[in-house]
Amino acid sequence: MGGFGFYVWGSYGISFVLLAGEVLMLWKRKRNIARRANPEIASSETQLNTSLQGIQ
Amino acid sequence: MSKQRINWYKYAAPANFYPLAGKLIPLFAVPAAILFIWGMYVGFFVAPPTDAQQHEYYRIIYIHVPAAWMGMFLYVLMALYAGIGWAFNARLGSMMAQAIAPTGAIFTFISLVTGSLWGRPAWGVWWVWDARLTSTLILMFLYIGFISLQSSIDDVRRADRAGAVLAVVGVINVPIIYFSVQWWNSLHQGATITSNSFKMAPSMRSAMLIMVGACWLYSIAVVLVRVRHIIREREQEAPWLAESPA
Repeated sequence: MGGFGFYVWGSYGISFVLLAGEVLMLWKRKRNIARRANPEIASSETQLNTSLQGIQ
Repeated sequence: MSKQRINWYKYAAPANFYPLAGKLIPLFAVPAAILFIWGMYVGFFVAPPTDAQQHEYYRIIYIHVPAAWMGMFLYVLMALYAGIGWAFNARLGSMMAQAIAPTGAIFTFISLVTGSLWGRPAWGVWWVWDARLTSTLILMFLYIGFISLQSSIDDVRRADRAGAVLAVVGVINVPIIYFSVQWWNSLHQGATITSNSFKMAPSMRSAMLIMVGACWLYSIAVVLVRVRHIIREREQEAPWLAESPA
């Protein structure tokens, strides 16, 4: 990049992180909505986490 | 022979729009990914290796300009939807405005950061209080204000109306951003692409326009995903939602 790599790759890197972050946040939001709508999933996940913590 | 007409008003109801949005998402998301890859390929491997004046850092243009355009377009679209939601008491209009705001804010932020990374080698400074940069920063604050205002009011319809007032009043900033380089002395260059001229090499122009297309398709896809989440959150008591997949 003729000595300008920091500026060029920095621009694309930040843009990619922000857009990928947006997609990730949307995916997390979808998961939270599904959990709230289906408390059984949430409680089974909590039980699983508790058992895993017990093993650790 | 009678033509079957689509009743568009039908899709103003969240219950009808929700499944339609779900079907449309892959139609925008997949081409967006293809265009991003194609645009980057053309921009980095087909476009001339070095611009005569701007060296290699001119390649920032392929993300900076599409992001700046999206920031402005999405604001106008958000204000339009917010205005429709406010004027016609259309819930889906307000939900669309709410769904557009974060994506518009992200693109505006990208345009500011990439502009700063371009300004440092080109102008020797990270930031100047120039009309174009300052008005774009105000656009960023308008997005943040809209999001904060909506989330700070518990009554959803009141939040929609308050947000709509801010969004509609803030539209005045968009032509100010666009014409700022003509109205005031600015370090920022003027419009590269206007309705009757293209001041770029064809391969550079192609890469930039492909990236603009990618950003548009990406924005439509994520806004549709987000509006479905908003519909689910706001209409969680509605019986039709129990029959719809997430």
